[in-house]
Amino acid sequence: MSGSAPTREVARRVFANEFNDAGYTFKESDDERAPVYLLLPTGASANRVFFVGTLTERDDVGEDSEYWRGRIVDPTGTFFVYAGQYQPEAASTLRALEPPAYVAVVGKPRTYETDDGEVRVSVRPESITTVDAAVRDRWVAETARRTIDRVAAFDDDGNEYARMADEQYALDPATYKRASLSALEDLDETDELAADGTDTTDAPDPAAD
Amino acid sequence: MSELRQEAEAMAEQFSDHLEVDPAEIESQLENLVDEYRVPLEEARRSVTNSYLDDAGLDRDELAPGSATRAQVADIDEDEQWVDLRVTLVDLWEPRSDSIAQVGLLGDESGTIKFVAFETSDLPALSEGQSYALSNVVTDEYEGRYSVKLNRTTQITELDESIEVGDDADTVEGALVDIQSGSGLIKRCPEEDCTRVLQNGRCSEHGQVDGGFDLRIKGVLDDGETVTEVIFDREATERLTGMTLEEAKDLAMDALDTTVVAEEMADDVLGRYYRVTGPTFGRYVLVDEFEEPGPVDVETALVEARSI
Repeated sequence: MSGSAPTREVARRVFANEFNDAGYTFKESDDERAPVYLLLPTGASANRVFFVGTLTERDDVGEDSEYWRGRIVDPTGTFFVYAGQYQPEAASTLRALEPPAYVAVVGKPRTYETDDGEVRVSVRPESITTVDAAVRDRWVAETARRTIDRVAAFDDDGNEYARMADEQYALDPATYKRASLSALEDLDETDELAADGTDTTDAPDPAAD
Repeated sequence: MSELRQEAEAMAEQFSDHLEVDPAEIESQLENLVDEYRVPLEEARRSVTNSYLDDAGLDRDELAPGSATRAQVADIDEDEQWVDLRVTLVDLWEPRSDSIAQVGLLGDESGTIKFVAFETSDLPALSEGQSYALSNVVTDEYEGRYSVKLNRTTQITELDESIEVGDDADTVEGALVDIQSGSGLIKRCPEEDCTRVLQNGRCSEHGQVDGGFDLRIKGVLDDGETVTEVIFDREATERLTGMTLEEAKDLAMDALDTTVVAEEMADDVLGRYYRVTGPTFGRYVLVDEFEEPGPVDVETALVEARSI
């Protein structure tokens, strides 16, 4: 009865290094309004992404009207997000934010071809919210896992997106597995540092009263 | 008595309120289809039934059921079966169409199931929390999900005892990636037994009404592989956002705009991870319980990742 509502596109988990290596987009049908997918080099289609990272810079790069560009860094690279008048909430969030800050972004991949024929990938945000380090850590662990799972399934029979990725990019998926593992290892180390820290700071302070 | 004869007698009985049908005539039609044309009995029964329905100008729903069986809601796994249920009305939802009198969730010890009652069936309204014996309801299937339809022949008996509703809660986890329209501070129709959400002060059933305020969040949880739509009711929304209904009303009053409430809530909850538990109805999980998963266990994640 309510099944006529189109199904919502899932938000893929992908690190910046893999996202920025993508550039090939495609549709699954001839319909003019059919969703556009970015082909990820590990063999998945992404109409939407969700990522968490550190906003390191945001600038108004618009000429006539405000057009905000944000650089958001994860353990592997940098996502670029662009928000203008058609993304008023994301634009006003970027305007108000003071870098550095942890932010969570839901958005759509966009590709753009430069004059010398290079394809750049960016994100048009649907939402940007400030989050804490725990959310960021969870995203890194989750994204590492999703990426490694994709790499593991890359050579499976019938993995059509992997075949497509092979054809379009000819990149070695193992690169992304290595990057994911080292992102997890970094997280593990910061965890231990934090744990060492909390041993003293969390101890009850008898002088507090 | 042959199997076909038994079928024919049962079918004639079904039509007895509407048509004078000779069981022998039905039997010969069934025989023709089954023996001559090698049609499976089930299909033959359906085809003959349909031809009599046409003759009588009836809908299938109006036909007296041959053999409604007592069923538990969790056992319903077939389309177009006549069943008797003993259930409690768990929840009433907003009908999406004028032709629907009531829609909501029924439950018994085995779990819950969606039900629909149509305006044309002219049935007494059911009320939330009351237990009923419902005889002659028809099962329905849509995309693998089952529901029951009340119809003109459905007998509704209020029960004195209370039927306990079993737990069929689902747990889903993911990042909250969207808050859908119709979230935040909303108004509901004040008419009795009507809880429809008002659009610009209008109820789709009762027109312009002076609605009562309520809070809810219709959100989307996404784990990178699947999306799940979830609904936080007022109580869950207050716990999730820390904003009470009164505070939300004050906020909207100051801004002369109710949409600021959902925006304010979005800042606090979008992009965070949640694990929610509650019964599923249709596309939605109704949130009973929720929590933010604590710090991620990196060591375990690393061990698992290395083993892939």
